[in-house]
Amino acid sequence: MTNVEKKLGSVANYVDERTGAAAWMKKNLTKVFPDHWSFMLGEVCLYSFVILLLSGTFLTFWFDPSQREVTYEGSYAPLQGLKMSAAYASTLHISFEVRGGLLMRQIHHWAAIIFMAAIVGHLLRVFFTGAFRKPREFNWILGVGLLTLGIVEGFLGYSLPDDLLSGTGIRIAEAIIQALPVVGSYLAFFAFDGAFPGEAFIPRIFTVHVLLLPGAFLALITIHLMLVWYQKHTQFPGPGRTEKNVVGYPLMPTYMAKAGGFFFIVFGVIAFLSAVASINPIWLYGPYTPGQISAGSQPDWYMGWLDGLVRMAPPIETHAFGHTISWNILIPGLIVPGILFTGMALYPFIESWFTGDKREHHLLDRPRNAPNRTALGVMSLTFMMVSLINGGNDIIATHFDLTINQIMWGTRFGIFILPPIAFVITKRLCLSLQRADRDLVLHGTETGRLLRLPHGEFVEVHAPISPEKAWTLTSHEQLPALELTETDARGVRRPGAIKNKLRARMSKAHAVSVPKVSADDLKQIEHH
Amino acid sequence: MKRLSRYRRHKAAAPLLLVIALLAIGTTFSVASASVKQSSTTFARTAAIDEGKQIFLKGCSSCHGLNAEGGAVAPSLIGVGAASVDFQVGTGRMPMADMSTQAMRKKPVYDAEETAKLAAYVASLAPGPAVPEDAVLNYERDGSTAEGGELFRNNCAMCHNFAGQGGALTQGKYAPTLMGVEPKYIYEAMITGPQSMPVFSDKTITPAEKLSIIKWIKAAEAEPNLGGASLGRVGPVTEGLLGWVLGLGLLIGVAVWLATKAR
Repeated sequence: MTNVEKKLGSVANYVDERTGAAAWMKKNLTKVFPDHWSFMLGEVCLYSFVILLLSGTFLTFWFDPSQREVTYEGSYAPLQGLKMSAAYASTLHISFEVRGGLLMRQIHHWAAIIFMAAIVGHLLRVFFTGAFRKPREFNWILGVGLLTLGIVEGFLGYSLPDDLLSGTGIRIAEAIIQALPVVGSYLAFFAFDGAFPGEAFIPRIFTVHVLLLPGAFLALITIHLMLVWYQKHTQFPGPGRTEKNVVGYPLMPTYMAKAGGFFFIVFGVIAFLSAVASINPIWLYGPYTPGQISAGSQPDWYMGWLDGLVRMAPPIETHAFGHTISWNILIPGLIVPGILFTGMALYPFIESWFTGDKREHHLLDRPRNAPNRTALGVMSLTFMMVSLINGGNDIIATHFDLTINQIMWGTRFGIFILPPIAFVITKRLCLSLQRADRDLVLHGTETGRLLRLPHGEFVEVHAPISPEKAWTLTSHEQLPALELTETDARGVRRPGAIKNKLRARMSKAHAVSVPKVSADDLKQIEHH
Repeated sequence: MKRLSRYRRHKAAAPLLLVIALLAIGTTFSVASASVKQSSTTFARTAAIDEGKQIFLKGCSSCHGLNAEGGAVAPSLIGVGAASVDFQVGTGRMPMADMSTQAMRKKPVYDAEETAKLAAYVASLAPGPAVPEDAVLNYERDGSTAEGGELFRNNCAMCHNFAGQGGALTQGKYAPTLMGVEPKYIYEAMITGPQSMPVFSDKTITPAEKLSIIKWIKAAEAEPNLGGASLGRVGPVTEGLLGWVLGLGLLIGVAVWLATKAR
């Protein structure tokens, strides 16, 4: 032992004798994680969240969350002498006078854009691979919660600078609150401490944006990760991988290095974007006053679908008992998102209900092997894309030489017609891919080598695939549909016939698949 | 060729081809649709009403009528004034290339002298707003950028966007970008209200205020992109697109690279 090792050893021993950390570290540092690029989307979320915390803290040193009126005397000439809120003036100050302030603001905003994009990417990976199945349902719900919080947190951040764009967004948020029947106007008065815009809203959302929601994020992310740790990470099927093991690399040193390096890559990409591309140039928007609006006012992308839904809603209102109910805001702004997010949160339970599958799953599905689920996911994505497109209808209209009316009517119909079409196409694609897998296992890959047989016929030589690949393509299970008879053994109708019928139908739809290659199939082919 | 074909099954071949194809399409498109440069016109004041009428009869009367009284497809020009003619013809909007929803800015058909003659003819039909003189248009001296910005956001931004980049209106109509428009034409547009634009009379916005607006537009045009590439100054739509395509795209690329097994 060298001198250094001796010294380090005695320090480690000192700590271990007082904390007992050695045994815990030994166990956990060798924890194994499987390797796949899509498993790193969640890491992108975590790292961009860390970047958001750091850059956000920097911004709070100078940001003044106040709607107190000040006269701008900073260095940006086109706004000099104008009256504006202290919030807006201090954001200008951060952008133009604080060293590195504009870069930090752009890092904060780009990190938020990428944070939300990575959350959606992560969610899609978990959904399409069936990683939400037992025992991970709670973690799925936590994830949906984090997505929702992210949307709210992002929107509040977009609202804080009190520029023309953010004020427009707050105005729409106020309208959505007011659309709640009966209590809406009272809630709006409560939130704004009186009439819009007032002087209370920005200080209030500042507290929520920098204290309450980041705190909630930290708590939920911790639980989210602890559950991943405790339940272990899922893995894709492959030779040697079972429901009872995890095949991959140990945390120390492989993942420490990979994850640590990846953090800096995420930071690097965000810093690069922030250095080369402008985001939210608040000095161009000008200070907010309720009388002003800019063409092409949009929310950030993760709210764009909501904006798109509101934009496509036809103007319907009813008046009853002295109250106005604005269906045109209530339905797209609250009811539809409510149904979507509740359905998303409950999906693991719904699926296990109609498949009757209550077992634990640690091996992932390849999306093609769960055609119904994959089709459902693509259907929901299509719905979101159609509404997102309508959210940017004015920008799309000017840049693609279309009219707003065409886009609005196109999406009004498209929102009903396109998702089911996407469902059918995706399901068929999945089944075709299953068929292709079957062909691959049975006949091998095309080699591109053509052979001329003695009697003149040309054939292409097929090479058998490796046993590992064949295993990967055939190891999934294909569950039959639930057999739910309407009557029991004695011919008596079961209770809940409608529920049963629905369950049987969904189960049947879910079980549709191309039969995978069996041992018998292989024997037959060897026979030829 | 053989050398190349050896790499055709290389992992990077498909993404690389995609990038090359996108670049090729993009370059072809931008070359093919290169915008026509506005030729600068200087206002000539030697216009003869008769000559103007001759030009009008040849180029305009088929739609606007032989006496500029208007027709089924075009409005009457009696009383629109010289400013209106100077704006519409000088920016190439008139004569229209086709019967589309809105006349667009293009290379002018008539030169400055012909435009002035046309304007003189139309102005002779009935009184209307005159072409502002160069001395009036000294916005650098008489305008105030900050006040102009405030006026712009109050009166113009709802159609022309917060940075004057233009925006969409209903039924395919649009508010054009204000970048690269001569101060004279901005002024004329405000006093004549072409197409979907309202008239901003001198009572609504005083001549001094109009100059302030022009000064602000010119300042916005000259302002460098302080935060990096501007992404078109059209708000969060392009930001979200770049975030997904470049931001998350790069990160996924890195993730794929990191998860590749070493060989």
